[in-house]
Amino acid sequence: MSIWINESSKVLVQGITGGQGTFHATRMAEYGTDVVGGVTPGKGGQVVDLPGRSVPVYDTMGQAISETDADVSVIYVPARFAAAAIVEAADAFNEIKGEGLIVCITEGIPTLDMIRCVGHISEMPGIRLIGPNCPGIITPGENGGCKVGIMPGYIHAKGRIGIISKSGTLTYEAVAQTMGVGEGQTTCIGIGGDPISGTGFIDCLAAFEEDPDTEAVVMIGEIGGTAEEEAAAWAADNFSKPIIGFVAGATAPPGKRMGHAGAIISGGKGTADEKFSAFEKAGIHIARDPSKIGEVLVSVLVEAGLRES
Amino acid sequence: MGVNIHEYQGKALFREEGVAVQEGVHCTTVDQALEAYDSLGSKVVAVKSQIHAGGRGKGYLYCPDTGDLQMEGGVKIALSRDEVETYSKNILGNILVTKQSGPEGKMVNNLYIEAGCEIAHEYYLALLVDREEDAILVMASTEGGVDIEEVAETTPQAIHKAWTDPSGKLPTGADSAMADSLGLTGVSKESFIEMLGRLVSMFVSRDCSMVEINPLVRTGDGAMIALDSKISFDDNASFRHPWRAEMRDMSEEEEVEIRANKSGLSYVKLDGNIGCLVNGAGLAMASMDVIKLYGGEPANFLDIGGGANKESITTAFGIILEDSNVEGILVNIFGGIIRCDMVARSIIDASREVGLSVPLVVRFSGTNHEEGREVLEESSLEVTTVGTLADGAQAIVAATVGVGA
Repeated sequence: MSIWINESSKVLVQGITGGQGTFHATRMAEYGTDVVGGVTPGKGGQVVDLPGRSVPVYDTMGQAISETDADVSVIYVPARFAAAAIVEAADAFNEIKGEGLIVCITEGIPTLDMIRCVGHISEMPGIRLIGPNCPGIITPGENGGCKVGIMPGYIHAKGRIGIISKSGTLTYEAVAQTMGVGEGQTTCIGIGGDPISGTGFIDCLAAFEEDPDTEAVVMIGEIGGTAEEEAAAWAADNFSKPIIGFVAGATAPPGKRMGHAGAIISGGKGTADEKFSAFEKAGIHIARDPSKIGEVLVSVLVEAGLRES
Repeated sequence: MGVNIHEYQGKALFREEGVAVQEGVHCTTVDQALEAYDSLGSKVVAVKSQIHAGGRGKGYLYCPDTGDLQMEGGVKIALSRDEVETYSKNILGNILVTKQSGPEGKMVNNLYIEAGCEIAHEYYLALLVDREEDAILVMASTEGGVDIEEVAETTPQAIHKAWTDPSGKLPTGADSAMADSLGLTGVSKESFIEMLGRLVSMFVSRDCSMVEINPLVRTGDGAMIALDSKISFDDNASFRHPWRAEMRDMSEEEEVEIRANKSGLSYVKLDGNIGCLVNGAGLAMASMDVIKLYGGEPANFLDIGGGANKESITTAFGIILEDSNVEGILVNIFGGIIRCDMVARSIIDASREVGLSVPLVVRFSGTNHEEGREVLEESSLEVTTVGTLADGAQAIVAATVGVGA
């Protein structure tokens, strides 16, 4: 099992005819992702050649979903068009299937565009957005798996650890460390670090709680905001599996600020220390040294009776 | 990332948007300040240092050459032409250090001379993006003009909040309720509601990330006036606001950071001695954290980004080595889209080009890490290659201990 995507997920690529879109659609198909088509307005009717298959290009998400019965869409369109692409995907999935997963890789989307976008999607209970500005989501399989994003697929393997991270390459580091101690992953999700985004830590934890194959979770946060603190408080009451947590940025200097508003918004200042304390208070096993995430994971699994040594 | 502007620029925007401000003049010389005083025709004026940091009123001005204290307070009320002259001289060309400027402070090149007004009460008003609520948050307090962070800590109930809907509109009645909670009545209430409406629509139409007015004042005749403006814009939206370009004050930004940005790099100088070159912001922060945990001090944050190539990596090495404190460099690359062998070749070329003379430790993982390691080991470059982040941090800390001491 896994969360949100699996080997039978059918995936569309928005922006498939662009450089990034074609490149990553190719890598995704190589990994084993069932890429069923793509969308680029004005290029409907074209065909894109991917490893082992040629897939159709549609003008709109509505056509693409109707024709392919896709479950997932991944967005590689430029920042200024990305929010519109998310809304188009959400409307189409909602109307045609009542559900769908949208993964937005694009970075640099204006914050107010994302506020409108996230507000729009919040009215649609069946629609989930991951990102933007994230590496995506991957569920490793027995043979290949389902990779929706830009992460290097081969560093992953099927296993029992769920991984959630705000960061890109630091997510890969966490994956590498679980692999280094002989543990694979159920699903790894990069939720992105933008001020406004879709799926958060708590959504991921709630899904991992329900997933019988996920036995422990590695959660990687970053300084800024209070999402880590809120997730920790939620997990203390609602999450039954072990969590290993790290927060990047303990040595980052406090940024030069222009006003007071950011600091007083929620009481907390979003420092690494505050987040680590919130983790500890919630019973999350912390790795202050990110190069020790693997070691901490092993000791936690042993302690929980999930591993011999 | 936010794009900051000066108070005088913020007030010009307020004027365009119909948000009430006092008359004022932007100056860069003492003579201009005196002319401004004459033209304003106000007996009392505020002489205000313009830098991209808050806490100016309680800051200290120092002479850049001698380091001597010139004056306490970067915002002064002048009651005469002579005082305008004295204050302007003490501000322009000097370094203003405030709670928010960092200990090195900022050179003041700009001054704002603003007509005074009769203040009945000082309030606090701010609009900003609330990342937890996915909305624009409006905060207001009767405790303006003071250290609002302290107010937030000691009496959070004194800060009133309201959130917009996703389209950026306050719920019906929220503006009136906020005015009531500030105790505003009559013309003051009307004036506040109008101002708030204009500020919210300005926040949306100009893609702001923060607008802070501290203090917002009620005058003797009940009018509400923005006596301050701190505005930051969302840089991601700069493409649809070309007018922002001319508001940018390059002297407020670090030259080396601008240069780094042009090459697709994200660089922040720190005080340590171990240079870092990493792909990805999270991994770059984590690498700094590990260096510190192993007893070292990072000299910088440097994310080479996803589109790094030989040119940008050469630029990155050059920028790291410009810092004379750097006694060793840790390269930490987790290859994804970036291939480690490409980075390895770039490192070799870059080290020749910039004349690398400090210890170099390279950790490759991910795409083509073995090839990358081979490329480095087969080269004549003096480099320690390691497989993990911990080994990398240990090696670079060991290599820099005692160096230069």
